[in-house]
Amino acid sequence: MNPIDFLTDLLNPDLAFLPKALAVAVMSSIVCGVVGTFVVLRGMAFIGDAVAHAVFPGLAVAFVVGGNLVLGGTIAGVLTAVLVAVFSQNRRLKEDSIIGVFFVAAFALGIVIISQAPGYAGSLQQFLFGSITGIPDSDLYVVAGTGVVVLAVVFLLSKEFVTISLDRESARAMGVPVFRLDLVLYILVTLAVVISVQTIGNILVLALLITPAATARLLTDRLGIMMMLAPVIGGVSALVGLYVSWSWDFPTGGTIVLVLTAAFLTAWFLAPRQGLLAKHRGRNRIRTSEIRATATTALIEPDPDLQPLKAGA
Amino acid sequence: MNASVAALAVQNVSVDLGGRSVLTGTDLTVDRGELVGLIGPNGAGKTTLLRTVLGLLAPSAGRVLVEGRPSRPGRAPIGYVPQRHEFAWDFPISVADAVMTGLTGALGPFRRPGAAQWEAVADALERVRMTSLADRPVGQLSGGQRQRVLVARALAAQPAVLLLDEPFTGLDMPTQELLTVLFADLAREGRAVLMTTHDLLSALDGCDRIALLNRTVIATGTPTELAADPALWMATFGVGPDSALLRILKAA
Repeated sequence: MNPIDFLTDLLNPDLAFLPKALAVAVMSSIVCGVVGTFVVLRGMAFIGDAVAHAVFPGLAVAFVVGGNLVLGGTIAGVLTAVLVAVFSQNRRLKEDSIIGVFFVAAFALGIVIISQAPGYAGSLQQFLFGSITGIPDSDLYVVAGTGVVVLAVVFLLSKEFVTISLDRESARAMGVPVFRLDLVLYILVTLAVVISVQTIGNILVLALLITPAATARLLTDRLGIMMMLAPVIGGVSALVGLYVSWSWDFPTGGTIVLVLTAAFLTAWFLAPRQGLLAKHRGRNRIRTSEIRATATTALIEPDPDLQPLKAGA
Repeated sequence: MNASVAALAVQNVSVDLGGRSVLTGTDLTVDRGELVGLIGPNGAGKTTLLRTVLGLLAPSAGRVLVEGRPSRPGRAPIGYVPQRHEFAWDFPISVADAVMTGLTGALGPFRRPGAAQWEAVADALERVRMTSLADRPVGQLSGGQRQRVLVARALAAQPAVLLLDEPFTGLDMPTQELLTVLFADLAREGRAVLMTTHDLLSALDGCDRIALLNRTVIATGTPTELAADPALWMATFGVGPDSALLRILKAA
């Protein structure tokens, strides 16, 4: 299918679910990309995974009683995060073991709850692997509204999040409320996961959180640029993934994740500084540097790794 | 500023951690203009003392006064320089932005840095001679440069007291000497500087006073005074008269 046909389908009133799915997928990718930046930089991928699993019982309860999925998922995710924070106070067990106990338990609870609903197998598959059909109009507003709130909180607290990510002890010494900011970050991760679960699925949502941010990290040494790049990579991948899955009738969640992975691998090999190709070229650069310097001075930024460190230490 | 009040006064402080007594009856004062070295074996309570001074641990007895007031996180004018491995050097941030995070507590929530804050960051970078590297990502710095960034971050909020935790660990001798000169200069400008160190030579060479710590402050004095009394060092470190530590002491 060529892109024009895809556009036609998007505008076809009989296929009204398609533009809705696209909007939800792109919006949630953008939110996950921004929040994922901190998840990646703080090495919280395991916590992200835990939260993704922890929202499941909430989704299941909301599904069974016919309530709002975003609300149900958020309550379950936050509850699990608080439980982990409280149980982690016992010093005999490390935090990752506590997370391991609770997120599998939450997931198991979700499976038991959802088995009570009629048509259990179908809805389970929908939750686990995502679906682009059956998104109600109200979800568009819930996803957009939640997304704006999450992005606003990240923007307002970015100074604090950077400070506690760099060095928690010094942050505490400055009177920055580290524990409360951690909880806020967990809640933001939970919200980003919850609004994404519907299209991409519970198991695959971690990729939306981690892969765009990890890809962006390969491409830049600047936090600001990383926080712009990650949502762009996520959003474009969601668009391309939906297009590919619609054209070839592939599952949407899986296709989006594979597109994200392709972007990550491309960055791994082609990143301007850290990529494999750049490292290879770096070896030849010294020989050609004089020619380049005269020809394209303005275009080439010197690689700091190859510069002698300036005096001062 | 009241000249009669010490910038930092630790008064008869005892600290329990997990039901175990770590510090008992600890006394220590550091005046503005002084560089004081805190020396003691592993487990002596050096880090506990620093955390208590920062107000992160509550003493079970005694009190810590900074400029005459009880120490509280974010309230007391203390700059803290942690050990280098405490900082996430792989974070994508420039030197200047990293130094700016030293003002997060002072700025408070939701406020963005303005011209005054950037000026404070520029001053701090100038003070540690890192101005030319202000835009460099922190991950590309050498060990000595990293230590300077952490010092600049602590200086940004213009503290009266500067606490340094093991600033020399993993650094070569010339870098240590340059840093010792910097710390002494920072003290001369009117700050009270307290640093923990395992490096006896640097401490004896550069500090105005030394405090020997093992569960309590065993002795304080100038390097010359303390070096002349091997018994104090044997008590602090629990070593015998034939220890290499005492030979280093004599050589210094």
